[in-house]
Formats: sequence, C-alpha cells, structure tokens
Amino acid sequence: MTAHTQTMAGIAVRPQAGTLTGTVPKMDARGVKVYYGAKQALKGIDLEIPERQVTALIGPSGCGKSTFLRCLNRMNDTIDIARIEGLITLDGQDIYDREIDPVQLRARVGMVFQKPNPFPKSIYDNISYGPRIHGLASRREEMDEIVTKSLQRAGLWNEVKDRLKEPGTGLSGGQQQRLCIARAIAVSPEVILMDEPCSALDPIATAHIEELIDELRENYTIVIVTHNMQQAARVSQRTAFFHLGEMVEVGDTEEIFTTPRDERTQGYITGRYG
Amino acid sequence: MTDIISTPRAAPYQSDDFAARLRKRYAAERRFKMYGIAAIAIALGMLAVLLASIVSQGYTAFAQHDLSLEIYFDPAEIDPQGTRDEATLSGANYAALARQSLQAAFPEVESRTERRRLNAIVSNGAGFELRQMVMDNPDLIGTRQTVRLALASDYDQLLKGNIDRDVPEANRKVSDQQIQWIDKLVSNGNIVNGWNWRLFMNGDSRDPELAGLKAGIVGSLLTLAVTLGLAIPIGISAAVYLEEFAPKNKLTDLIEVNINNLAAVPSIVFGLLGLAVFLNAFNMPRSAPVVGGIVLALMTLPTIIIASRAALKAVPPSIREAALGVGASPLQVVTHHVLPLAMPGIMTGIIIGMAHALGETAPLLMIGMIAFIVDTPGGFGDAATVLPVQIFMWADSPERGFVERTSAAIMVLLAFLIAMNAIAVVLRKRFERRW
Repeated sequence: MTAHTQTMAGIAVRPQAGTLTGTVPKMDARGVKVYYGAKQALKGIDLEIPERQVTALIGPSGCGKSTFLRCLNRMNDTIDIARIEGLITLDGQDIYDREIDPVQLRARVGMVFQKPNPFPKSIYDNISYGPRIHGLASRREEMDEIVTKSLQRAGLWNEVKDRLKEPGTGLSGGQQQRLCIARAIAVSPEVILMDEPCSALDPIATAHIEELIDELRENYTIVIVTHNMQQAARVSQRTAFFHLGEMVEVGDTEEIFTTPRDERTQGYITGRYG
Repeated sequence: MTDIISTPRAAPYQSDDFAARLRKRYAAERRFKMYGIAAIAIALGMLAVLLASIVSQGYTAFAQHDLSLEIYFDPAEIDPQGTRDEATLSGANYAALARQSLQAAFPEVESRTERRRLNAIVSNGAGFELRQMVMDNPDLIGTRQTVRLALASDYDQLLKGNIDRDVPEANRKVSDQQIQWIDKLVSNGNIVNGWNWRLFMNGDSRDPELAGLKAGIVGSLLTLAVTLGLAIPIGISAAVYLEEFAPKNKLTDLIEVNINNLAAVPSIVFGLLGLAVFLNAFNMPRSAPVVGGIVLALMTLPTIIIASRAALKAVPPSIREAALGVGASPLQVVTHHVLPLAMPGIMTGIIIGMAHALGETAPLLMIGMIAFIVDTPGGFGDAATVLPVQIFMWADSPERGFVERTSAAIMVLLAFLIAMNAIAVVLRKRFERRW
C-alpha cells in the first residue's frame, strides 16, 4: 500500500515533469479496484491517459494490466463475477455512470484483442459492420469511403483492395490484426485499447503494427498492453508498470526505462523477473 | 528441444524392454482399430439386413394387379329416370355393374354360391371407383368403357406369388376354382399389372388393395409443420436466452438440469400430458394434427435446446468480444454473429428432433391419432393419422396384402426422412458456406 501512495504522489507531480502540460487527460482512472468473485485482481489503480499519446501498460503475467484495460471500455461487464469499484472518466465523464450506455462507450473506446479476431465475413463486411450498426453511413458510397479510409489508415488497403469480398479470416495473422485495427477505427473511436496486439504475430508483422500504432497516435489516444518491453519502449510515450494488481510506477517511457524509481520496475525491465 | 533433453537418456530407449513395450503399445492400437472396424461392420451389416428385409417384403406393394373389364354403364341400373340427379347418381348400385361385367366373362357360372365366389374377385372398392367416374363425368352413362378396377387383395397376392398354389385348398384363402378364373382372366388379358397409385392416392381402408398412405402422409406433414413451427422458434429462443443472457444462478441451473431430464423422458409420457392438458383441460380436438404437433414439439424441444446451446457454446468468445468491441449491443452480437455461426450446429439439432418427431408413434396414440382415418385431413383441426401410426395399424392387420403394404409404408417413411434430412443438410451446407 505504501507503493500505492508513492505512485499517487508520482502522478501528482507529473504535470510539470511529463507531457501532460496541464491539460485534462483523455481518460482518468481513480482507485480502480476489480474483483473476480472473492479474488481481487486490481488493488486501486490511479492512472491518467493523456490524449493522442500511446500509453503502454507493462508488467508480468497476471498483474492485472489486461483487466485494467478491459475496465476502460467496460468489457468486464460481460463477465458475471467481475465487480468494479473506483472511478474511470472519459473526457471528465464517469463511464460507469448510469447514464452512460456501454454500447455507446465501446464505440468511443474501441478495442483490438490479443488474438486477431476478424468476423468470419468478407473484408468489406468486417470494416463496415461497426459503421452500419451505428448508422455512420447512410449511402453506399459513404460506406465505401469509410471502408477505404479505415483500411488505408490501417496500412492494409494496398494488400486487400482487390479482394474486399474475400473472407477476412483468409488473411495472414498480421493482416488480420491490421484488419481488426481497421475495424476498430472504422467507427471513429476516440480511444483505442490494444490488448497485446502483437503477441500472436511474427516480427515483421509486429513491426508493421508498431509503425501503424505510431501513425495512429496523431488521431487517436492509444492504450496498449504488452509483454514486450522493447515494444513498449518503441511505441509508447508513457509507460505504466503493473505488478500483482497494483500500479507500481507510471511516467514517461524514456524515464521508466532509464531511471525507474521503484525497485520492482527496475527488476522487471532489466529482466530479473517477469 | 526434446532431442536435447532425451540425448543423455537415450540408453533406456534402446533396451529390449523398451522395444517390447513399444510393440505392445502398437499392438494395442491395432487391436483398438480392429474393434472399431468390427463395430462399424456389425452396424452396417444389421442396417443392411434391416433394409433388405423391408425392401424385399415391400417392393411388390408399389405395383398392383388391376382388373381391366369392359363395363356397360347401364342407364337402367344407374339412372332409370334419366334425371342425372346427383343423389340418384351417387346412390346407384355400381358394384352390380362390375359384377355384371365379370359374370358376362364367365357365362358358365350360374349357381348363387359360385357367383358369390366369382364376385369376390372384384374389390369392394370397385363400386366406389365406378361411382367416382360417373360422378366426374355423367356422360359415361349408356356407354361401354374398358375400365381398370381394383382386384381383391387375395388374388393380387396370388398373382404376386405370395399365396402358394401348392398348399391344399382347405388351407388357402383362394379356392381352386377361383384360381382357374383368375388364370383365365390373365390369359384373356383382363388383368393388368401397373404402378400402385392407390398406395399414394387413397386413405386407409379395411381392404388392403384399397388402403393408401395419403391420409398418413398429409397428416404427418401437417403435424410436422406444427411441431417445427413451435419447436424451432421456442427452442432457439430458449437456448439463446439461457446461453447468452440468463444469469448463472441456482434457478438457471435447475432449469438446465430439467431440460436435460426432459430429453430422457419416455415419449409416451408426453402423450399422456397431451391427453390430460390439451384434450381434457383445453378441449382441443381429438386425433388432430395441431395437438399431435404440440405434443411432438414438447418432445423435441429439449433435443433442440440442448443441441442449440452446445452450438452456441462452441462459437469462440473472441467473436463476441470483437462484436462488443465495435459497439454492438448484446442482442446484435447474438443475431449478427453468434447465431449465424451456431446455425449449422442448431440445424443438426433440428434434424435430429425432426427425424425423432416424424417417426414417433407412442405419444400420438394417447391423443387419438391411432383412429382409423379414411379421409385426407384438410386442416390442422381435422382428424388425422400419421405415417408411423399408419404403419403400426397395418402391421397389426392379419391380411397378407397388409404385410407388403406395411413394408412399403416403412419405405415411404424412410424416403421422407432421407429427403428431409437431405434438405436440412443442403441448408446446413449453405449456412456454412456463407461465412
């Protein structure tokens, strides 16, 4: 619990030291606790997610980083036994408020999963599904444009433009994951959550996705969970280190990787455990 | 990796002991395969015996011998006043026309008893068949027409070789004299063998040569329509709710256990329930496809629910997450993604349930669908029977003619099952291909 308070202090000083420059964070978590039945998975997380930056969540397996990520778009709602306490805001509004509809929230806070999970439909339908259910395009041309733009942004357009009618499941793993990213951005979310998006991919496909994340940063706020510390170092501006359900340390990525304040962070990033 | 680990331990794997164990393991595998092949061979053999016995007994029923007689539509007999009044036409003694024609062919037969024996060659239904012709076309009156009339079943069986001529006359249904008459009719070309349309165009009858499956087929289709119309939407909805929306608690656990139990309840119990609830409490019509359909729907629901739940469970959660992740509502997740993906599995459940329902007899007996139904049901509330019950009733009849008809009816039922399964398999393939 002492580490917890220290982190709080760390955040408190962050505005002067970090890149937040006093602006309101895009998302803000305060004292988030998650229980799966009797088991506590998160023990009070405080984390600010700055706009148009990549925030990486790192930590050993089972430390709660994915759980935390899934709290940000209320994906944990689908788990019956999960119980969430604390406050998470998006643009200053409590996302667990009664007035917030989780369906609408998930359109604003998109998600890319660990394993590429395209719908077993055509590439076109994969992208157009979200916009269609949200009524983002009224005419066919508009939909075509959304599909084209999303695929272009996800860097997949040139590879698939001639086979939009073919099933998305026929693509390679890396292409599928970019398809999933394209699908996520097709509904114009403000925040994109990525849960170890490269863990099932080979290094070349991973490099592709990392480049893509870097480009997406211009328009979207991105939170990425990763096991790969090099990846966190390469793509993120801010890094939060989770350990056993607590957030041990958060700061600029460079700072976390060069001068971690906590011993556990240091141990993890230097590979002493994890 | 395994190489590195096993290298230092290589020695034990080269011992004779190890080789013997390895041989034993392979022998066990070969034995297991042989058991499997033997099991399949036995199953196929039994199926072949079953089919062969049904087909060999039943195929003759698809052809039937008819009497081809020249009938004089005598105005004096049919319509003495010449009014062409419908009541007169329908009330006339048409059987007499057939008898006259037959007696004209055998002028030597004179005594009353002999005549009666001769008349027995024509089916009891001949009169009705002639009446139908005249009712359809009154212009026939006064003309001479060569008409095909039903031959009484015993003589049909005789010509098919099912009644042995070498058996002493006293033990035979057909007398020597009648055999002579029949042989003469055959040599005169008065007996023709052809496709047995009566098997498909008639309802049930006491006379085997007239008995047909039409009432049973139509009854089965009506009953099945009610069954599927109820069981598919209710079954799928229940499965979707239980699998995707229902909270996991004691109550849903209890419901689940009870659905599984219901699948094992003997079908006759559903029949008793139908009798007590639908007939006695709700006063629904007896022997009606609507009641039979409801009872069979109750019986097939557990099968469909269990299969549908298994199919829904088999849809990977990643698809649900993907859909939720782009902002689909829980219902959209189900209707747009989960249900279409589970459809092939659900179809399997429906096929099994449907086959079960189509072949079910016991519960229908309880609600009166065992009744002797001649008329083809015209609606869901009419008295009806179904194919398997028809088979049951024919199998119960002692006449030789019903033996082959029973087997033929089984073949028709099997053909229906195969056709319906084929349609379902095609639909299933289609659903699979769409994704």
